Amino acid sequence: MSLPLECYLVVSTLLFFIGVFGFIVRKNLISILMSIELILNAASINFIAFNRFLFPDQLEGFMYSLFIIVVAAAETAVAISIIINVYRKKKNIDVKSINELKY
Amino acid sequence: MEFLNLAPLVLALPFAMFLIIGLFGYKMCPKFAGILGTSVFALTSIVCYGIAIQYFVANYGMEYPKEVLFNFDWLHITENLVISIGFLLDPISATMLIVISTVSLMVHIYSLGYMHGEDGFQRYYAVLSLFSFAMLGLVVATNIFQMYIFWELVGVSSFLLISFYFKKPSAVRAAKKAFIVTRFADMFFLIGILILSYYTQTFDFGILTEVIDGQVPIVHETMGGITLGGLSVISIAVFLIFLGGAGKSAMFPFHIWLPDAMEGPTPASALIHAATMVVAGVYLVARLFPVYSFEAPEVLEVIAYIGAFTSIFSAIIACAQTDIKRVLAFSTISQIAYMMVALGVSGFGGEEGLGYTASMWHLFTHAMFKALLFMGAGAIIHAVHSNEMDAMGNLRKKLPITHATFLIACLAIAGIPPFSGFFSKDEIIVAAFEANKWVFAVEYIVAGLTAFYMFRLYFRIFWFGEPDNGFEHEPHEAPSTMTIPLIVLAAITVITGICWAFGILQFSQFVSSDSLGYAIETHWSIALLSIMAGLIGICVAYFLYFKKTGRPNTVVSYIKRPYLWAYNRFYIDEIYLFITNNIIFKRICEPIAWFDRHIIDGFMNLLAWFTNSASEGTKEVQDGNVQSYAWVYIMGVIVITLVSILNYL
Amino acid sequence: MFVILACSILFFGVMTVTSTKILRAATSLFFVLFGIAGLYLQMNYEFLAAVQLSVYAGGIVVLFIFAIFLVKNLGEEKEKLSKFKSIMGGLAAVSGLAISLTIILKEKVFVTADTVRADEIAASIDMKWVGDTLMGTERFQYLLPFEAASVLLLACIIGGLVVAQINKKEEEI
Repeated sequence: MSLPLECYLVVSTLLFFIGVFGFIVRKNLISILMSIELILNAASINFIAFNRFLFPDQLEGFMYSLFIIVVAAAETAVAISIIINVYRKKKNIDVKSINELKY
Repeated sequence: MEFLNLAPLVLALPFAMFLIIGLFGYKMCPKFAGILGTSVFALTSIVCYGIAIQYFVANYGMEYPKEVLFNFDWLHITENLVISIGFLLDPISATMLIVISTVSLMVHIYSLGYMHGEDGFQRYYAVLSLFSFAMLGLVVATNIFQMYIFWELVGVSSFLLISFYFKKPSAVRAAKKAFIVTRFADMFFLIGILILSYYTQTFDFGILTEVIDGQVPIVHETMGGITLGGLSVISIAVFLIFLGGAGKSAMFPFHIWLPDAMEGPTPASALIHAATMVVAGVYLVARLFPVYSFEAPEVLEVIAYIGAFTSIFSAIIACAQTDIKRVLAFSTISQIAYMMVALGVSGFGGEEGLGYTASMWHLFTHAMFKALLFMGAGAIIHAVHSNEMDAMGNLRKKLPITHATFLIACLAIAGIPPFSGFFSKDEIIVAAFEANKWVFAVEYIVAGLTAFYMFRLYFRIFWFGEPDNGFEHEPHEAPSTMTIPLIVLAAITVITGICWAFGILQFSQFVSSDSLGYAIETHWSIALLSIMAGLIGICVAYFLYFKKTGRPNTVVSYIKRPYLWAYNRFYIDEIYLFITNNIIFKRICEPIAWFDRHIIDGFMNLLAWFTNSASEGTKEVQDGNVQSYAWVYIMGVIVITLVSILNYL
Repeated sequence: MFVILACSILFFGVMTVTSTKILRAATSLFFVLFGIAGLYLQMNYEFLAAVQLSVYAGGIVVLFIFAIFLVKNLGEEKEKLSKFKSIMGGLAAVSGLAISLTIILKEKVFVTADTVRADEIAASIDMKWVGDTLMGTERFQYLLPFEAASVLLLACIIGGLVVAQINKKEEEI
């Protein structure tokens, strides 16, 4: 039994804005990264939902979600290495301590 | 050889010399710069002489035409109002060509000796060339604006020459004074030009001075009935133009700059402040004479009165000065006032225009003997190393050539025949006699005073007796580069005088108010009177100064108060300084400076402060915090979406 | 089935974002990813679900946990959320939600989905089709992005290595 399209879209929207909330609220660099993962996944669900219900005979959304996963993985890896570097310099991973690019 | 075709060279050669010696002079050795400048100017003089002689010979006996040799349109202010640069040849400009080239060439040669070894020798010759260029351009101007341009150029060269010894503060002050006073007068000149050209829509001299049926049509028609505050506009315009001339020619009250201008080197004083630049004012009035004579005769009266007052004023001061260059400076002021008086009392045409002819005549002769006097003074200063009369005495045996030439010049200025000065001065006195008895009386007295103070100077320097402390160095005669110009000028004074005594080549055959030559007969009655005045002056001077006696001091003790006034130049300089410092600076300039500093600068500072504080305030936005950036981003997206939705709905 | 999955995703998402201990957050992330994989399975996209589980849940979360442990003392500390930021974040999230949900739920903005046909086609997706689409060079086939992604991965590996190098010079500076 198939659910209407809107259910999936609501889920993805809620997840997206939970991620946004987390990005703005969290103090920890790694927690911010996790929020970014939530956002990306929400977008992925969105693509898949549209693909499955509106254009079932094409695989555009499917492929796009695949690439989202690939890119997210690569980006997370690089971000972690940067965070480790920051930790080495500043001895903590507070997001407030990396505010040197300012006035 | 058609000299008239070489007219552009007259202006081009000195200007080229100014550029070359001015720009490359520091590379040349001084002697080369001097000889280059002198020889090129000799070429210029030859061309000037050629042009003048050809002009006079070609038109002798007929009406002298106003020939325009070339005229380049330079600036178009409106369709009809054009500033052009050109060459106008007519009797007075040809006369001036001869005067300027002769005196300037003599000064060039003289400076080779006088300025030998001075710092800045090349700069001196460059500025001399600039001055010659500017003065020549002034006299051959085809339109009044060209004359104004070269007028200012002459002022600039004068400034550069007075401040030649720029390390002396007194020289710098004198140069500033000269420039500021003449510039102030030139403001009036410019306003006069503007008024005149506004109505007549032309600058051109040919049109402005065209005389038809006893009036100058263009001025009469365009400016005829218009009055401003009860005075006719023509009178205002030409009076303002005269004021510009009065500044340059050191008429009262603009005379203050000329005595101080003696801070410059003596040959420069000879050239500029005796013979050429200071006569620019006289030349200006002569140039516009038809306008003055027909359309504004009351201004001519005022000119005569100002001239008369100035001449007696400066003659009295000259009697009490002890610096020989100052005596000569005041003498110059007095003589130029003579020329102005002559123009002021002149009518137009033939015998009535005697004043005009006499004025130009006196300009010619005065240039020669005044330059001679200054150069002689230079030779004397060179010998005794001082300007003061107290350091001189009994120099006639030690400086023979200087003595002889100086004596000739003094006789000329005192108006003793057969020297050239007698003829020109006599004609001025005759013209004054016929026009205005008061002016005649004043000029007569001045003639006597002139003879007195000049011979006071002569006797004090060459007779009197050795100075009390002896000479610093043994005075010796000047080198030949300095004495040759003295001899040449003295020769001119004598030879022209003798020619005129016999009625050959009378000046009036060449220069007259309506350009028709005529013959002059000497009015022997008045001539004898003026000769008598001169002789009385000489005798008084002889009595007081021939031998070293206490007689001058006894005379002074009788007239102590007036003597002090005359010695201090009637305190005019102090009055000017008082007015400038206490009134203009204190009351006018300081508030304006305060306003500028606090309000205008303050406003700029306010703008800057405002920008700065706005920036300080808004820079907080960039706080380096990623999360705030993200928040702004998300809110921005939400706002844009909201706006688009609302638009769509 | 969907409701369970949806609720678990949302619950664990909120846990990820608001828990004070980081390890708890990482674990909640893990469960969120599991839930999403389940969602994909429910939509008959098995391949994607598998990839999601293996790469995302199995790779990235593990990477996170390694990173958390590499940073000393991080596992024990409690992180407090500042009030100010919570309000601002809440404002952003709530307003965004309001707008998005309004658009989605209002008046059938989207093309009506023919769900029956969609189910049929989705059930018939096989690996050959997926493989052709991923590795094909026709229009709408994704060989080029695939290769580009491999370049990206290369760049990330090198970048990661360079950034995380230990240099003796670092200590001197």
